[in-house]
Amino acid sequence: MTSVIVAEGLGKTYASGLEALKPTDLTINKGEIFALLGPNGAGKTTFISLVCGIVSPTAGKVSVEGFDIVADYRQARNRIGLVPQELTTDAFETVWATTRFSRGLFGKAKDDAYLEQLLKDLSLWDKKTTKIMHLSGGMKRRVLIAKALSHEPDILFLDEPTAGVDVELRRDMWAMVRKLRERGVTIILTTHYIEEAEEMADRVGVIAKGRLILVEDKTTLMKKLGRKTLTLNLQEPLSAVPADLSDYDLTLKAEGQELEYSFDANREETGVPDLLRRLSDAGIGFKDLNTRQSSLEDIFVGLVHEERAA
Amino acid sequence: MIGNPYGIWAIYRFEMARALRTLWQSLVTPVITTSLYFVVFGAAIGSGMQEIDGVEYGAFIVPGLIMLSLFTQSIFNASFGIYFPKFTGTIYEILSAPVSAMEIVIAYVGAAATKSIALGLIILATAALFVPIRIEHPLMMALFLVLTAVTFSLFGFIIGVWAQGFEQLQFIPMLIVTPLTFLGGSFYSISMLPEPWRTITLFNPVVYLISGFRWSFYGTGDVGVVWSLLATFGFMITCLVAIAWIFRTGYRLKA
Repeated sequence: MTSVIVAEGLGKTYASGLEALKPTDLTINKGEIFALLGPNGAGKTTFISLVCGIVSPTAGKVSVEGFDIVADYRQARNRIGLVPQELTTDAFETVWATTRFSRGLFGKAKDDAYLEQLLKDLSLWDKKTTKIMHLSGGMKRRVLIAKALSHEPDILFLDEPTAGVDVELRRDMWAMVRKLRERGVTIILTTHYIEEAEEMADRVGVIAKGRLILVEDKTTLMKKLGRKTLTLNLQEPLSAVPADLSDYDLTLKAEGQELEYSFDANREETGVPDLLRRLSDAGIGFKDLNTRQSSLEDIFVGLVHEERAA
Repeated sequence: MIGNPYGIWAIYRFEMARALRTLWQSLVTPVITTSLYFVVFGAAIGSGMQEIDGVEYGAFIVPGLIMLSLFTQSIFNASFGIYFPKFTGTIYEILSAPVSAMEIVIAYVGAAATKSIALGLIILATAALFVPIRIEHPLMMALFLVLTAVTFSLFGFIIGVWAQGFEQLQFIPMLIVTPLTFLGGSFYSISMLPEPWRTITLFNPVVYLISGFRWSFYGTGDVGVVWSLLATFGFMITCLVAIAWIFRTGYRLKA
């Protein structure tokens, strides 16, 4: 697998002494969708800003397709498109003018046919002569994407791309991201919507308090850290978990009507058959049962909680 | 070394388009203001004034008035040009683009200087409607016009990077540059001042710029033209050094 971004010991400490990003090693592979997850202030935007050249690193180095972001900044930046978190646009410019500006700024010759197709793909073509100040928040977000893609980058950073956008636009963006990936564009996204990462990402990185806690293939991560929950709808409510079942990770829910058993789905012995047998022996009947795999969100919350407690 | 001409052109065109959008503010307002100066100083007061160095008072103040507009507009255009993306947050795009510090400066300062030079020429044309003007050294006049516009645009760029609010953006032009210009011989020859004011005025750098520009019109100035050129180049080099330091350290541009 070819790596497109290689960060080695990359860190940022501000003059105030705030260590926004502890020395971080991270490799992003060509053509993948990499989701960087973390709570507010975790260091996600700092990481992106360092790679894109908006912030200067105080430790380590980064290369983009082999080009150092400081020494070979032109080659490195040529390859990157960035959609920032904030809706920062030139309010008085038209959609067409601002997109052309971005293409020129990144050193590309005029190509109106490409920009026309880009705006059409983003459903912006009929707004091309509209000033950005007259667009809705969702449309402004699309304009930022158009600007980021205007110079045909190989790598696209999406910093909270769906923050504050409606469900329909979010779905459109997911479709667009997949289409870009099919074209070979590497995508690095940060998001608060863990379901977004779960739906789209190939790999996931979790960052908290400026430290990259883990980087893992999403499926492997969910297998490795994922837990399952068995929920039993009881025939008669219980006031407490029976003492002789205390060796199981059991919780009573819904005023004693539901008994939940949480277990490691990857273990050979899940304990489910044994639990059911012992419940039967104890005369505890149930009307229905179901199991649920823990989501990426559950895993994320658990990891961040552990980091905060550390 | 210019590695991204498209980038320079994109910023330059963006800045020029902004001026066209605000044509009233950019060109018409300074022209009206200058015309009012001619009405007040040229017609009302000037009619009672003697000739200075053989030049009619109304014509004498033309170079000073052009310089006054050139200073303030160059600073305003360049400072606003770089400050506004900082204010709106769109500076992220400039900082993440494959453009060098020199290319950024060429684009912003070039656009600001272009606007100022155009304005200077418009004021000159406006002045010609009121008073008889002669230009004895047209090439030197053009050189001073370009050098001053570029130098004060560089200075404006520094102010735009330094400013953290709109009031700071106005602070240096309003409280330092305009008073120095008024006291720098825009409306009089410093030879008209009694001592020690005459000697003190020689410490005002603006005197040298106005004097050189006036020399290119009428062949006379308060100081030698070589001193005027040296002062202009000296200020330009100081600004260039400051800008180089800004980009090297990322001062108020890049954390």
